Amino acid sequence: MSDVILDIQGLTKIYSGGLKALDDVDLQIRRGEIFALLGPNGAGKTTLIGAVCGLVRPSSGTIHAFGHDMLRDWRKVRGRVGLVPQELSTDMFEPVARAVAFSRGLFGRPSDPARIEEVLRSLSLWEKRDEQIRNLSGGMKRRVLIAKALAHDPDLLFLDEPTAGVDVELRRDMWRQIDILRSQGVTVILTTHYIEEAEEMADRVGIIRGGKLLMVDDKQAMMARLGRTEAHITLRNPPAVLPPEIARYPVRLDGDDLCYRGGDGSGLGKSEVADLTKALIAAGVDYTAIEIRESSLEDIFVDLLEKQA
Amino acid sequence: MSGFNYRGAWAIYVRELMRAMRTAFQSILAPVLTTSLYFIVFGSAIGGRMDAVDGVAYGAFIVPGLLLLTLLSESTSNASFGIYMPRFTGTIYELLSAPVGTAETLAGFVGAAATKSLVLAAIILFTATFFVDYRIEYPVLAALYIMLVASAFSLFGFILGIWADNFEKLGIVPMLILMPLTFLGGTFYSIDMLPDPWRDIALVNPIVYLVSGLRWTFYGSSDVNIWVSFGLTLAFMLACVTAIAIIFRTGWRLRT
Repeated sequence: MSDVILDIQGLTKIYSGGLKALDDVDLQIRRGEIFALLGPNGAGKTTLIGAVCGLVRPSSGTIHAFGHDMLRDWRKVRGRVGLVPQELSTDMFEPVARAVAFSRGLFGRPSDPARIEEVLRSLSLWEKRDEQIRNLSGGMKRRVLIAKALAHDPDLLFLDEPTAGVDVELRRDMWRQIDILRSQGVTVILTTHYIEEAEEMADRVGIIRGGKLLMVDDKQAMMARLGRTEAHITLRNPPAVLPPEIARYPVRLDGDDLCYRGGDGSGLGKSEVADLTKALIAAGVDYTAIEIRESSLEDIFVDLLEKQA
Repeated sequence: MSGFNYRGAWAIYVRELMRAMRTAFQSILAPVLTTSLYFIVFGSAIGGRMDAVDGVAYGAFIVPGLLLLTLLSESTSNASFGIYMPRFTGTIYELLSAPVGTAETLAGFVGAAATKSLVLAAIILFTATFFVDYRIEYPVLAALYIMLVASAFSLFGFILGIWADNFEKLGIVPMLILMPLTFLGGTFYSIDMLPDPWRDIALVNPIVYLVSGLRWTFYGSSDVNIWVSFGLTLAFMLACVTAIAIIFRTGWRLRT
């Protein structure tokens, strides 16, 4: 358990209106990992982050970070946690560099212009350091938020929808930034709507819905366990009834489209499709085209949510 | 970090002062101009035709009251605006997620608001010398009392800024409660000049004790006992500190 940097046990949050935003959530985050929290709108992602960062008062449950109890040793914990919020909330009239230096001071760190410069340069903000934040584009404002969160060198960084509403180029840029943070040993927890983002970066993935954490697993293990292969084989002359040697595969015939859906995330599906095509030829069923694809994290996510609905 | 986060408090304090500098006209010039107009109209123009009050020329008599009028409204407005704006823009997330507690937050926000008020008070007192002749009998006590009032009403403003959920509410208390109470609290007259039963009714107004206390430090005479004024101001300040401590402990209007 020594590599667990954040330990959440039985975390429940019921808002004053009665909405249960978090329902008995248990979650452990390991030091140095990138953890992606996936879930639809209103799933409880932001509430979970808010509870750890001190913005939300949990109704019950415990949060330990760096071995400290969040309620009792909140100063020790908060000084090592950074947060990039979902909303572009900044003091619009502040110049960039001063806003970032303010964040460093707020978190109790001594003034360090060299470090501020380093952070600003790493986010391509150095040229804009004297610019008022209101004059920046949306993407640049989001970079400022990241710079503010990094100014005090946090060990644990929360990124709440970091690439929401930013263009593809900036999104890729952010991914590079997160990679750099990973190499520096920073633990990152990000929430996102973009499955490709989680697929690209995360070591582990958690899926949350209706305040309940449905699943937490290594990304690769999750894809191996829940991944599927889907193949569409266009038949030249589809038979009225599938021969038994074909029907034993997980297939469905729809017109001339023979759809295979099966296997797992470890390649079983591909080998089964190969066997299936051989069986088709052996049975005298010719085909004209094959389209094959592996399920993505998004398919897993959607499937899982549909099953839970 | 486990103790008082003095760097965090300093960061808030400096940022709040910078914000005031950014809006120097609104923060400093406007109240100085307004107070100067009071001095011109009531001190010089009308005051010249008025009798002395308690042996003090009318123009000089109103100096402490006008100073207090500015102190109360500016301390309250500065502090309320200071904490309300982060709530309004959403930047409060940073404050709430930082290792700063009640003490650091108050030292930063209330300290900055009180500092601005004190600077303003010094400018107003300096400006007043151009219009009226006044003296300060107990300058040390006057400075202490001004600091006490500025701090107390900055704390009060801080509470107001947390309570308010729109700009209208932010302006209601200073405009509709504080200002009328200050005008009726002996800013322009001694309550001894009031006939019964208005004199007794006036004593219900807490601002009377503030004006009276400050006036005593200027001229050595007051409508009510000076220690009652000091005691009430101190009690008000402690009540505000207690209220803020409760707000932070419960997260009222700050944390969901």
